[in-house]
Amino acid sequence: MNLDRRTLLKLSAATATLGMAGLPARAQAIDELVIAYNVTLPSWDPTVGPSAVNPTIQGLYQSVFDQFILQQPDLSPAPGLLTEWGWNEDKTQVRMTVREGVTWHDGSPFTAEDVAWSLARVANPETGSPIQFVWGTLANHRVEGNTVIADVVQFDPTIFKWMYFLTGYVLPKAYYERVGAEGFEAAPIGTGPYMVDKFERNAFVRLKANPNYWGGKPDFDTVTIKFVTDAAARVAEVESGNSHVTLEMPYEEFDRLKAKMGGVAAPISDIGMIFLNDIEVMTDPNVRMAAALSIDKQTIIDRLLSGYGVKIDTLQTPEYDAYDPSITVPYDPDRAVELLKASGYGPDNPVKFKIQTTRGFKPKDYEMVQAIVGLWRKVGIEAEIEVYEIAKHYELRAADQLAPAAFYNWGNSVGDPTTSTGFAMFGPSPHSVWDGEDLINMIGPLWGEKDEAKRIEGWKAVDRYIAENALVIPLLQYVQPILHAPGVVVTPHASGALLPHLMKRA
Amino acid sequence: MLRAVVLRLVTTAITLIGVAVIVFVVIRVVPGNPIALMLPPGATEEDVARLTALYGLDKSLPAQFLIWVQGVVQGDFGTSITARQPVLDLVLGRLPATLELSVMALVIACLLGGVAALTGTRRRDTKVEGAIDVANGMALSVPDFLWGLILILAFGVLIPVFHISGRVTPSLDLPFATNFYLFESLLRLRFDLWADIVSHMFLPALALAIPLAAIIGQLLKQSLKETMHLDYVTLSRTKGYGENHVILREALPNAVLPTLTLVGVQFTFLIGGTVIIERLFSYEGLGNMAIDAVINRDLPLIQGIVILFAVIFTAVNLIVDLTYAALNPRLRHGG
Repeated sequence: MNLDRRTLLKLSAATATLGMAGLPARAQAIDELVIAYNVTLPSWDPTVGPSAVNPTIQGLYQSVFDQFILQQPDLSPAPGLLTEWGWNEDKTQVRMTVREGVTWHDGSPFTAEDVAWSLARVANPETGSPIQFVWGTLANHRVEGNTVIADVVQFDPTIFKWMYFLTGYVLPKAYYERVGAEGFEAAPIGTGPYMVDKFERNAFVRLKANPNYWGGKPDFDTVTIKFVTDAAARVAEVESGNSHVTLEMPYEEFDRLKAKMGGVAAPISDIGMIFLNDIEVMTDPNVRMAAALSIDKQTIIDRLLSGYGVKIDTLQTPEYDAYDPSITVPYDPDRAVELLKASGYGPDNPVKFKIQTTRGFKPKDYEMVQAIVGLWRKVGIEAEIEVYEIAKHYELRAADQLAPAAFYNWGNSVGDPTTSTGFAMFGPSPHSVWDGEDLINMIGPLWGEKDEAKRIEGWKAVDRYIAENALVIPLLQYVQPILHAPGVVVTPHASGALLPHLMKRA
Repeated sequence: MLRAVVLRLVTTAITLIGVAVIVFVVIRVVPGNPIALMLPPGATEEDVARLTALYGLDKSLPAQFLIWVQGVVQGDFGTSITARQPVLDLVLGRLPATLELSVMALVIACLLGGVAALTGTRRRDTKVEGAIDVANGMALSVPDFLWGLILILAFGVLIPVFHISGRVTPSLDLPFATNFYLFESLLRLRFDLWADIVSHMFLPALALAIPLAAIIGQLLKQSLKETMHLDYVTLSRTKGYGENHVILREALPNAVLPTLTLVGVQFTFLIGGTVIIERLFSYEGLGNMAIDAVINRDLPLIQGIVILFAVIFTAVNLIVDLTYAALNPRLRHGG
């Protein structure tokens, strides 16, 4: 074959044409909203299996399914499929009024039967709900008109908060019973703002707006959510115009691109913290307090996270119900030196322990721990860093075998103190690290406290006790960066869920 | 020959059994169990026990292995913990995507490597050969995932001519009966779909192909150089044939044999390389699924994927060995 200049030019033109086939134009008006999402969706059932308790997936579920109760972007509850909810006088029953005039994506009517069945299903241990221990506190679910009633087996003050938290979704009784679990995975339907049009596992989900959505038809008729798990690839997606919205990229990239396109960065209900285990040197209160006082949280946020973070001193963020701004743990390295000296330690004779951390699981997690270890070294603490996978953290935590210090992130999108301080610090829980008897005695009565004001004050007292004794080291509340094309207005949700139905045309 | 084939099949079966045992034990021994990942804080010991039993993880390791082997023998590789679908359906559904990507990468690697080798031979002992050697060295030194990032930046962002994620544009309606999209689009003469699929596959395939192309280029060039000094090549030159004819018609047929063997072996490594590249390009293949399975400690799915990879590796190696034996007269006659 003779490859002359003319042939070469023809081939080049053909290759370029082929390459550009189907590429979205960056400057065009947005017909179909494309979102580059940071996780994949393994399963469509939002109530069972590991996906059901994966906080990062909830935004996908909430696009298709409605929760029992709607959660607003500021985390507060609002009428959703349930318009009213509450306990009876002696708190032995719950009563829920169901919204009328709602339809499932297949056009069939949504009824109170769906709500009762959904609650009973996840309360059944055989269903495999990871949250069965919460849903099982209600029993004997029954329908009276458009009201669902259930008996309280064990009073849980947070039961209605779980109705807009993990696994708190309403599924279609008749449809699910007709098609079964496998059929539901293949063709899921909900009452949510979007209907599933096409789903390619590990690749994308294409959604069509639900014209009958009770909350009003979403702004974008079609939304494609691509699963782009690599942060660099996600940035390239929005920079090239292949996607219009993406989230969770390095803050440096966010700062570089937000002026060029558009960006929002808002605090979310996810915190960074250091678990302290009541073993080895951590049983010495001076060591714990010195470790807490010698961390300059604000500088870490400013230097490592480009300022995208909110310093916290308890496990509550400002949006949470039991947040108490009067509880503070100052940065006081001089006091830390004094405390260590009182226990016989100092820069020449440092106290030694191990700190575990993930690397890359959360933004700058390892770098933050490195910085903390550097600050500790100055006051007389020599910490050895051990990097592990998040899966190992869960296993070690469940077996109460974490190192004396362990970095972790804690999500609590309902903002209740039970699901932050409670689960993290109550010794008998397999997920708690600190097992002190005094704390167990303080927390114990709060699980079933029926007086809400008293309950919240009780948790604030617990948080104050934890801070005064440095039983855990809260570090910061994370900020979620979202980049978007100029044609889209994104409303961030404090739970961290990226919700397409909250996006509007600019 | 027949004896050799039977022997290879027996060793292949033993290899697969060994892989099955190792993967089964290892993924249960390494830290991180799926129940710990699944249960939220606040769950009690009873909840842990309930879900452990639900997923059959409460039984002893030998008992679990026996149950799994019994299922595999009957074609049941279990159910994925995360996807809640049969493992066999999931992995076989993804296999075509990975195979198409690997084959495309192989074709690109052969083309790039072949052109580099032939050009280097044609212009041997000149600056062109030096430039090709430098390019080969660079291609080999940079790992495929880094090539992927470079290609995304170059042809996805700076000059956006190719898609940088996925396998096909989501808005397209696919009339396919199989998951071999590329192959089937050609069969159905749907060149619009074919172009879209190629546009998605090209960059990940190229990222996979570049290191392999360098290996092919180096080996083939070396073989060609050695062959160019053989008597029969000198003879053809004295007959007055041009240099292109000598290289392509006389030297290449002999020089290409060791490269073909290498290509076969490297193909298995190419499939292994898809794990990272598929993730980077959000390509819906087996490798991408493997990473999710490992992150979620989806034990049945990990087992299924590893077994499938092992089957592919051993099958490709078997085919390469048999082909080599068939082509090499010394091996063919037992010499």
